[in-house]
Amino acid sequence: MHVHYLDPYQPRHSPIHNLDSRVKLALALAYLLSTSLTPAGAWASYILLAAILLSAERLSDLPFSYFLRRAILALPFIFAALPLPLTTPGHIVAEFSLGGLSLRVSAEGLIRSASIALKFWLSIQMAVLLTVSTPFPELLQALRALRVPRLLVAIFGLTWRYLFVFADEALRLMRARSARSGQHPQGGYRSGRTLAWRAQVTGSMAGSLFLRALERSERIYMAMLARGYDGEVRMKPLPPLPIAQSIFLWIGIGILTLIAALGHFLTRLG
Amino acid sequence: MLSAPIPMHIPDGFLSTPVSVVLWIISIAAIAYALRRVGNELGERQVPFMGVLSAAIFAGQMLNFTVVGGTSGHLLGSALATILLGPWAAIIVMTSVVAIQALIFQDGGLVVLGANLFNMAIVGVAVAYTVYRAIHRLSGGRQWGIFVGGFLAAWSSIEFAALACALQLAASGTSPANVAVPAMGGIHALIGVGEGLITVGALAFLYATRRDLLIAGEGSTPQGKLVWGVGLAIALLLAVLSPLASAYPDGLEWVAEEHGFIEAARAPLYEVIPDYLFPGVSNEALATILAGVLGTLIVFGVVFAIGYARRKRSAT
Repeated sequence: MHVHYLDPYQPRHSPIHNLDSRVKLALALAYLLSTSLTPAGAWASYILLAAILLSAERLSDLPFSYFLRRAILALPFIFAALPLPLTTPGHIVAEFSLGGLSLRVSAEGLIRSASIALKFWLSIQMAVLLTVSTPFPELLQALRALRVPRLLVAIFGLTWRYLFVFADEALRLMRARSARSGQHPQGGYRSGRTLAWRAQVTGSMAGSLFLRALERSERIYMAMLARGYDGEVRMKPLPPLPIAQSIFLWIGIGILTLIAALGHFLTRLG
Repeated sequence: MLSAPIPMHIPDGFLSTPVSVVLWIISIAAIAYALRRVGNELGERQVPFMGVLSAAIFAGQMLNFTVVGGTSGHLLGSALATILLGPWAAIIVMTSVVAIQALIFQDGGLVVLGANLFNMAIVGVAVAYTVYRAIHRLSGGRQWGIFVGGFLAAWSSIEFAALACALQLAASGTSPANVAVPAMGGIHALIGVGEGLITVGALAFLYATRRDLLIAGEGSTPQGKLVWGVGLAIALLLAVLSPLASAYPDGLEWVAEEHGFIEAARAPLYEVIPDYLFPGVSNEALATILAGVLGTLIVFGVVFAIGYARRKRSAT
């Protein structure tokens, strides 16, 4: 499998892509935190956050549909917030019956679940924007700049590098399984014996994947030793942040803080 | 294709900020400690070993089998990693998997990453370790202990992580507890069976090819009472909180009480576990908790007693 098949990074020459990865990661995290801190029903804050998101997406040279498509993947989780309008006590705005059960929709509940859906929608698109505009090695450097332990960053880096190797391995295992398996051309005939048997075959595949990984990790360790690895993870020191970028970073954080504060102020007022 | 197969990764927006922050703090402390423990044990092999095995567990989540209709069983892998690598290494492996899923594939949010790490890398691993060790002791190191222990460890790692996830959603006011807990617990009780079956399959394969990995495997040797105790504590806490949260719904009750549908809704839910309620204790939540705690203690008491008796017999 080729790296580009899985890697969500989309190379472009946009202002967003050219931003330093440390600034991008810090601003994306600040945006997510600000969205998380904005209270339910502070619509003005949500509009401002959406405006920031849309302009950043526009600047990134990628079509809006791309972000929407990737954001839809996490949508099923929205079911968790669906019962809220029915279960939150408060001012009742609608009442209807469903098979002998009468349901009451409260305004407070509606506001709460709509806010959760909005927060989710804004946050996930910002996370998508971060990954499509930043190559993973740069993201790792940014993590280091945010004081994530070097050891953990090195482990993340190796996981990412070998993920594609083992994804290939897993695909080969599955291809081999389907090559050995039969299916009746007409529907209605059970194939693949019992559930436990099928699970056991899959388990064997997982076990053999683990064994191959264990052996490969030995080889990789030897190769690292041969190249002078002594247990110390050394990484290239990061260049200092250009002054314009760091000004941009602090202005961005300031604006995002203000938006969250505005949200609290508005809901307190209302 | 590499998106998480098991619906347990909370996206951003679904947890309140205080809940996220508290879980971040717990997760960071646990991961930092695990990093140090694994570093002491593996030394300079830590980075290649952990990195490569994380990639393998990540890719292993692609493996699936047909259950019925269009549904399929998958592997999450925290129990398998715990049994084969030991709890500390498993925490690192699952941290790497869950963090990359969130960073690259948007499986789970970034503000709530602390919570997802807590559920899958800490609760999943600690509970799996506790269960596996307990069964292992019970079996006296015989073959069935590996497989029964593996199945139960895998099932409980999924189930307890799901309960933790449901309680976090309830504590954030995102989902009423009496909906979230039975829904998450119920779905994942089924998903956990798939996880258990694959884990047993993997253990059977390794038992046939590399028995040394399982006999001297990290999961079979006692690695400090700490994880064991933490796993037991987490299991107990969740066993207490889940029924408590379900018994004190703040929302559904409001609808239900007004329409007399509370009896109708309660009957099927509680008929499943009627013996969970204590006779003589009028408070239903208290009774459920008492039953939960007592049940857990009895199970572990029996396991310990048998394990102890067995060791004594083999010593004489």
